[in-house]
Amino acid sequence: MNFSYTILIPLIPLAVFLLLGIFNKKIKPTVSGYIGVFGLLASTLLSFYTAYQYFFVIGKVDGVYQTFVEKTVWMHFTETLHIDMGILIDPISIMMLIVVSVVSLMVNIYSIGYMKGDDGCTRFFAFLGLFSFSMYGLVLATNLFQIYIFWELVGVSSYLLIGYYYTKPSAVAAAKKAFIVTRFADLGFLIGILIIGYYTGTFDFETLNNPEGSAILNWASTSFMGLSAITWALILIFIGGAGKSAMMPFHIWLPDAMEGPTPVSALIHAATMVVAGIFLVARLFPMYYFVEHGFALNIVAYVGAISSLFAAIIAITQTDIKRVLAYSTMSQLGYMMFALGVSGYDGQEGIGYMASMFHLFTHAMFKALLFLAAGSIIHAVHSNYLKDMGGLRKYMPITHITFLIAALAISGIPPFAGFWSKDEILVAAFEHNKLIYYIGVIVAGLTAFYMFRIYFGIFWGKDRKYEHTPKESPLSMTFPLMFLALISIVGGFIPFSEFITPDKAGFDAHLNYPLAAIAIGIGLTGILLAWMFYKKENNLAEKFANGFGIFYKWTCNKFYFDEFYLFVAKKIIFKRISAPIAWFDKKVVDGTMVGIGNKTVQTSEKIKGMQSGKVQDYAFAFVGGVVVLALVFIYLW
Amino acid sequence: MIEGISIYEILTLTSILFFIGIYGFITRKNLISILISVELILNASVVNFVVINKYLYPDILQGVFVSIFIIAIAAAETALAVSIIINLYRQISSVEVKDTEIMKY
Repeated sequence: MNFSYTILIPLIPLAVFLLLGIFNKKIKPTVSGYIGVFGLLASTLLSFYTAYQYFFVIGKVDGVYQTFVEKTVWMHFTETLHIDMGILIDPISIMMLIVVSVVSLMVNIYSIGYMKGDDGCTRFFAFLGLFSFSMYGLVLATNLFQIYIFWELVGVSSYLLIGYYYTKPSAVAAAKKAFIVTRFADLGFLIGILIIGYYTGTFDFETLNNPEGSAILNWASTSFMGLSAITWALILIFIGGAGKSAMMPFHIWLPDAMEGPTPVSALIHAATMVVAGIFLVARLFPMYYFVEHGFALNIVAYVGAISSLFAAIIAITQTDIKRVLAYSTMSQLGYMMFALGVSGYDGQEGIGYMASMFHLFTHAMFKALLFLAAGSIIHAVHSNYLKDMGGLRKYMPITHITFLIAALAISGIPPFAGFWSKDEILVAAFEHNKLIYYIGVIVAGLTAFYMFRIYFGIFWGKDRKYEHTPKESPLSMTFPLMFLALISIVGGFIPFSEFITPDKAGFDAHLNYPLAAIAIGIGLTGILLAWMFYKKENNLAEKFANGFGIFYKWTCNKFYFDEFYLFVAKKIIFKRISAPIAWFDKKVVDGTMVGIGNKTVQTSEKIKGMQSGKVQDYAFAFVGGVVVLALVFIYLW
Repeated sequence: MIEGISIYEILTLTSILFFIGIYGFITRKNLISILISVELILNASVVNFVVINKYLYPDILQGVFVSIFIIAIAAAETALAVSIIINLYRQISSVEVKDTEIMKY
């Protein structure tokens, strides 16, 4: 079977980007949206066709899903070490293709309505095209280096889109912050790639991930500071993934990234780009699992669990709707991370991996839906702040219902999608690591609580003073909401374990009733608490907050992470390291160069009188020189 | 080949002619005089070509050709120089060399 046509999936958005980017001013803003949507629609159809071909026409061979690779050598170093460009088709890349296509398409449709009347519309859709291209390239990458290239490309598109409103200083600052923080983490990724290349002699995923391959079997042959060098490489690669997926301590860019237009938050900072880190760990899962008995994988699990809890706590106290959703995203990403971290490899043991990918899929749908619904609300009331919203259910019925569906899905209430995936994650955690399981359960409760806190705050309660009566958004915006809501309802019934497992063989997953009951109970408790606190205006929440005192204050200020980083950056790095270096550069290096220049100028000032401008003087000097030379040659040689 | 006159005498003569040209070029104040001096230098070299050809290589004619060539080019060059001088005169109403020093530093 030939999958080479899948190269078109990334290339179509690239073409859209080039078209809209080059003819920026010549294309009307109204037309550019449709160009973007049709490009993405073509990619989406191709993705679905590929998925159909892969899972249903070819299916399993010898009980295992095959991996298809089409590639050409791009840079040649040695016989084994070369950088290829190509496409790799296996279950998780197909799954990511579907996620990226559906969400991108929906966001593009939504943006037609949301960005209406904005002058830079064409630029916006061009950047969306660039992002889709990079993301497709990332999921289809055949080797570490290719994934790194596209990894940086999604970083750039994210930077461009966060800073879309470039006249707003906060947006520019957020864009820079996102870029610098993720770049900083990517340094770890790059070093990890180089270590892998050095010790295993290959970048190729297939060779690296082969459980019987030399890369995995020979991990013990190298060691550095008590751990295998390969383990170090995997930890460094995970740092890159943590940067993109906003794990602690690299999460600080994600809340600020909400300065971008809301569709961008939905696409990049909720559904697709931020899961790149999870995808990366999943892509290298056999290495993480087998090398050093899963040492690096344990780190993944704990970082994920801590981030998940941490973000959920912060989300409770935030007052900006998009920031609540951003912290919620971070929390759910932590969920996916620790699900990977507690996963096994063979058969039923691979439930964590399967659950992580399942949650990635369902989360992409309902979180994109939440963001788009939030965008619809912001569009109607012209404010990001929860205090400016209230009683909106009368004005915006569709947004209300879809938001409710998404909130129920993320809170893990059956039969919505989030319940099924979250339940699998909790089962996996329960079987492998009790501590992480308890963290997961607490986070599930917190998630339900903060989700319904904003739900009740926005759609119930009293009306606020609105400049003009909020009204439902146009069809271009409500259609994606309804479509994603539909997926959020039925998405959980997809038998994911049939398709996606670490060993690619598939297994039958069953609902674990006691654990499911606990999860539902916790979710309902969270909702009930939120109902008590926020359904009616009362001072219960305030009293509660005061009860926590200092802890509440810390949470409100996001545990002072930003301040800490600023302190380190400004007081220590800038003042103690950068300032002396800058002094050296300015005074010594620049000083030398400027000194040479100044001396030259001074000397020239003194001797410029020799250039009299009289031809005869020059002729005299010339003849005199010839005479002197003649004398020298005749008499002294 | 002229009877009774050796190549040394003629070369001495052309050398004197050449240095007269150089001297004139350096000392004259008037652009026309400088042009004439340049012609003297050129003529000295033309005579050199002919003489050396006749005395040392009587069988060939290259030197004579080159001298004719130089005369032709000198004529063109003079025309050019005179036209420059005329233009200069129109600009600054002078053909004195000391007035044409705007190219200095």
